[in-house]
Amino acid sequence: MPDAVRHELRFILNSEVVHLNDVAPTLTLLDYLRLQKRLTGTKEGCAEGDCGACTVLVGRLGPKGLVYETVNACIRFVGSLDACHVVTVEHLADLNGNLHPIQQAMVDFHGSQCGFCTPGIVMSLYGLWLETPNADAARVEKTLQGNLCRCTGYDAILNAAEAMAGSDNSGDKLVVTHEAITQKLSELRDGSRVEIDTPSGKTIVPGSVDDLAEILEAYPKATVVAGSTDVGLWVTKHMHDIAPAVFIGNLVELQTISEDESGITLGAGVTYTDAFDAISRGIPTMGDLWDRIGGEQVRNMGTVGGNIANGSPIGDTPPPLIALGAELTLQKGATTRTIALEDFFIDYGKQDRAPGEFVRSVFIPKLPAGDTFAVYKISKRRDEDISAVCGAFRARLADDGTVEDARIAFGGMAATPKRAKAVEQALVGNAWNEATVDQAMAAFEQDFTPLTDWRASAEYRMLSTKNLLKRFYLETQGQAVQVVRHEKSLAEV
Amino acid sequence: MGETVTRSSKEITGGVHTPRQHDSAHKHVTGAAEYIDDMVEPAGTLHAYLGLSERANAVVKSMDLEAVRNAPGVVGVLTAADVPGENDLSPTHRHDEPVLADGQSAFYGQPIFAVIAETREQARRAATLARVDYEDRPHHTDVVSAMEAGYPHVTDPLQLSNGDAESALSSATNRLSGEMRIGGQDHFYLEGHIAMAIPGEDDEVTVFSSTQHPSEIQHMVAQALGTVSNAVTVHTRRMGGGFGGKETQGNQFAAVAAIAAKRWNRAVKIRPDRDDDMIATGKRHDFHVAYDVAYDDDGRIEALDAVFAARCGFSSDLSGPVTDRALFHCDNCYFLPNVRLRSRPMKTDTVSNTAFRGFGGPQGKIGGERVIEEIAYALGKDPLEVRKANFYGIGERNVTPYHQVVEDNIIHRIVEELEESSDYQARRQSVLDHNAKGGVLRKGISLTPVKFGISFTATWFNQAGALVHIYQDGSIHLNHGGTEMGQGLNTKVAQVVADEFQVDIETIRITATNTGKVPNTSATAASSGSDLNGMAAANACEQIKTRLVAYASEHFGVPQEQVTFVPNHVQVGNQLIPFHELVRQAYTHRVQLSAAGFYKTPKIHWNRETGQGRPFFYYAYGASVSEVTIDTLTGEYHVDRVDILQDVGKSLNPAIDLGQVQGAFVQGMGWLTTEELWWDGNGRLRTHAPSTYKIPLASDKPKEFNVELANWSTNKERTIRRSKAVGEPPFMLANSVLEALSMAVASVADYRECPRLDAPATPERILMAVERLKQG
Repeated sequence: MPDAVRHELRFILNSEVVHLNDVAPTLTLLDYLRLQKRLTGTKEGCAEGDCGACTVLVGRLGPKGLVYETVNACIRFVGSLDACHVVTVEHLADLNGNLHPIQQAMVDFHGSQCGFCTPGIVMSLYGLWLETPNADAARVEKTLQGNLCRCTGYDAILNAAEAMAGSDNSGDKLVVTHEAITQKLSELRDGSRVEIDTPSGKTIVPGSVDDLAEILEAYPKATVVAGSTDVGLWVTKHMHDIAPAVFIGNLVELQTISEDESGITLGAGVTYTDAFDAISRGIPTMGDLWDRIGGEQVRNMGTVGGNIANGSPIGDTPPPLIALGAELTLQKGATTRTIALEDFFIDYGKQDRAPGEFVRSVFIPKLPAGDTFAVYKISKRRDEDISAVCGAFRARLADDGTVEDARIAFGGMAATPKRAKAVEQALVGNAWNEATVDQAMAAFEQDFTPLTDWRASAEYRMLSTKNLLKRFYLETQGQAVQVVRHEKSLAEV
Repeated sequence: MGETVTRSSKEITGGVHTPRQHDSAHKHVTGAAEYIDDMVEPAGTLHAYLGLSERANAVVKSMDLEAVRNAPGVVGVLTAADVPGENDLSPTHRHDEPVLADGQSAFYGQPIFAVIAETREQARRAATLARVDYEDRPHHTDVVSAMEAGYPHVTDPLQLSNGDAESALSSATNRLSGEMRIGGQDHFYLEGHIAMAIPGEDDEVTVFSSTQHPSEIQHMVAQALGTVSNAVTVHTRRMGGGFGGKETQGNQFAAVAAIAAKRWNRAVKIRPDRDDDMIATGKRHDFHVAYDVAYDDDGRIEALDAVFAARCGFSSDLSGPVTDRALFHCDNCYFLPNVRLRSRPMKTDTVSNTAFRGFGGPQGKIGGERVIEEIAYALGKDPLEVRKANFYGIGERNVTPYHQVVEDNIIHRIVEELEESSDYQARRQSVLDHNAKGGVLRKGISLTPVKFGISFTATWFNQAGALVHIYQDGSIHLNHGGTEMGQGLNTKVAQVVADEFQVDIETIRITATNTGKVPNTSATAASSGSDLNGMAAANACEQIKTRLVAYASEHFGVPQEQVTFVPNHVQVGNQLIPFHELVRQAYTHRVQLSAAGFYKTPKIHWNRETGQGRPFFYYAYGASVSEVTIDTLTGEYHVDRVDILQDVGKSLNPAIDLGQVQGAFVQGMGWLTTEELWWDGNGRLRTHAPSTYKIPLASDKPKEFNVELANWSTNKERTIRRSKAVGEPPFMLANSVLEALSMAVASVADYRECPRLDAPATPERILMAVERLKQG
């Protein structure tokens, strides 16, 4: 047992410290706000983290201190909020009812029509402005990937955001209270385990990673909830019970990112957002892929560890990580083991993870000098969509221009994320030219027998998969063959 | 209106033709705007949830609802047998759409029972516990497969004809035929359907409904309860988006809530989850279009014979007028000297499709534009050249297939100005030059025009009422029959009232639509909201003004023509009296300060039997130029630039109109690109949430987006302040995106062949079209 067990959750909601001793594992932040607190400015549009009408800010003490990030309240569980600061749209206007500058800009530029998505959009723009007060159009669009508006066509909203860019945020409420809130959250984070029994099961927040290991030994069937971007939907869409639920989002120990000569190690609890710098700096095209995973709210919540652990055949991180030769470290009790990531995925819905075992970290080897790498995602809509296919390519050429090594992995083409070994074989040892590529493209048919579903037909999956190898080849020849929305600034290239 | 303002210190705030912000903007941005789910619930409010069938076409042999009844919190269950009145919601009274299905599942997801519980969560969980025994029948979810299977029409088809299509086709200079598939579209209003019913005494009930059509909710609830309309009051403050999806589709939810509220004598709220909303409510009709066209060597159409078949779903709903409107609009801006157009409103084993912005017009137009595109490729011409050759003339070549004469044609000027301002010709050349270099990335550019007829084609719907009160302190209460769904209708009508009385708009309180205040309203639909309700409100104002003028004239002894409304005052001879002061005086002199206004659209008539008449009061025009880039390896694409010029007459509110144009365009672009409805082999819709159904994002907005209103335009007809409707027409501006994509595809075969790109043009359809053309 840990040093202390607490039977209540504590967090700050706008200006108020909340103590809750009755938190069902499935209680979402959205239902809590709307039904219990009657803070009805936060809306439910989809209950699956895709529309952003429920966007609120959650301030948390992470590796970089107190950061405020947008999240989808609809799939965020209250159980995950211990020692956090929840900020809703009701917190923005001042006590005299004067609008926050973001709100005023939205009014001035006619950024609302029906108004239902508006509070979420205001919160997303607010989160951006706190983080990057001088955001350019590309950054604003990225911020709004997780906010659907069906009325405006977005132009007016983007104009409002543009008008805000460059304005001083130093007087903003959350900037002014930064230190005081940090202090308060530190006090609330007392290192104790939180354990709450409710009629619908147990809500547990481990006090440490060791404590987590202990909890999972005691409750091997517990649901481990990190970012809840997937588990959230088990509850909101499938009405599954997830008790006992273990919320690990607070474990800073799982949020470490370490980089050395050999590569990058991401703790299982590192969010996409936190991983972005290391991933995009170290590995070509990964930043582009990262920016197309979910919307910003989902990237602020979701973790690479979770994306792997849930074993989805269409997760976006496994294909590139497999192509890069990533390794996964799992822990059960005090024992850890490390396996090749590609071996983790056994079959549809089946992974190499024992009851009570959890993903501890993933190691991504540095791309060897001379290797070429690219990852491509194809989806119906460019942003905030689930892959039809996601393919990653890594190739090393010998001095004579032949392919010395190739490693190719795809999502969306089989029951698990999977390597295209026949294609790899068709490439290795042959000259890296169009003829080889054309021949190798056909080998995808030996590797994969994709399905037809609502995201794509089997024919399209196969054809585009083949063509992605062609794209990879053409790009190694210096050709620009992808549609681009925003030219990158030199600093980003 | 007094034309001569003798003395005016300054103009009023919020008058007509000013870019006033939406009246609820402050509440939108603070989250204070109240939607139905935000309302304080009456004590003891219960929650209903629908149980949906899981078969596309089956007999429901038995339903075991014991587990549902016994689930925690459940108060009771409703089935078809529990509907006290008529178990029918058909808006056209065809008795083909039950509140709760009775013994049959007509589509996968049809409501077959409702469960009522203490909480929504309990009701929702309980609804999953039913055990239903089905006897499956063969099903057809697709319109073509339904036609092949000999499925019936859900309502009578329409035929429009003019000239002699048959003989003109047989003596054609050139002739081609083809077909096109056009996908449907989910409305994806951000606020899903919701209703809350509060029982009253006797047979009374009050229903709060997110609806575009409170009067129909009233009628349907009364019918389902087995009572009369005066027992039911419907209240709608605002919707979180409608787009046609709340014209009839709210009936089901309101009826269930009302039945349960009366049965258990407690308030009942019903709000489906997004997935259930998308599964159980209707959408834009998918179409299959078959065309046979004759044309001369300049691309001028000699004759057109076309059949527009629609996936209507299991019942008629509004499919009759929707498919009619498709025929009314397939001519777009083009004169068809010999024409035969037929609709086929097909029954399919799917949810009953319904109104959606444009109401069949977009499908008609995109089908018509395909014909133009085919001719252009066949002749090796720029489609714009073919378009111009076919434009309706001024004073000649101006009779539509429904025999209305196009009297207000401004498409030539619209297109000319846009062609110039967008630099179309030079950009088209550079697109051609780019593509001539070969390569993976190809470009396309297209200019398409829009002419859209304004008025409900059911002529009797073209009426509206309004209720205006002035209180003793001079504050004004405004009510009208239209509903606010984000389009700014309330703002525009308030601007009209402000302008009528010449008072600041802050003087006017906009109040919720309520069937007890203004009866027998039409749906807020067909882009008609401000045309109809603005006029009705103006009429109410005129009545009150007439009385105030008569009073002031008599009381102050000045001729009536010397009483005029000037900013926040009334000029009475030499006296300038503050508006509120005159109102107070008028009250003490027993002047009635309240009026019910009314309006009916003049000139229109339509005979569906003969296919002739003047269904439309006027037309709204517009045009757009879209430029795109496609990736011929994957089919991915990007909309690089869009230029728009839209006619809104003399705009009541240019800011709101601009927002309508931008929003409609992007929504139309979604329809034609990424928004795909996909049914599986069991007839089950699998794209029923934003995770699977992809509407445009901010990052899909055209990278460069130049939208202008034709500020020189004015309505030739006497509409409210000479404005034009704006809700629907700009939706069809997105047609240029599809055609630009098509051009980019065509480049891989050197434009020899029309790519026949179907909609929605997902990356998959683009790539498959590229492959088809490459294999030629």
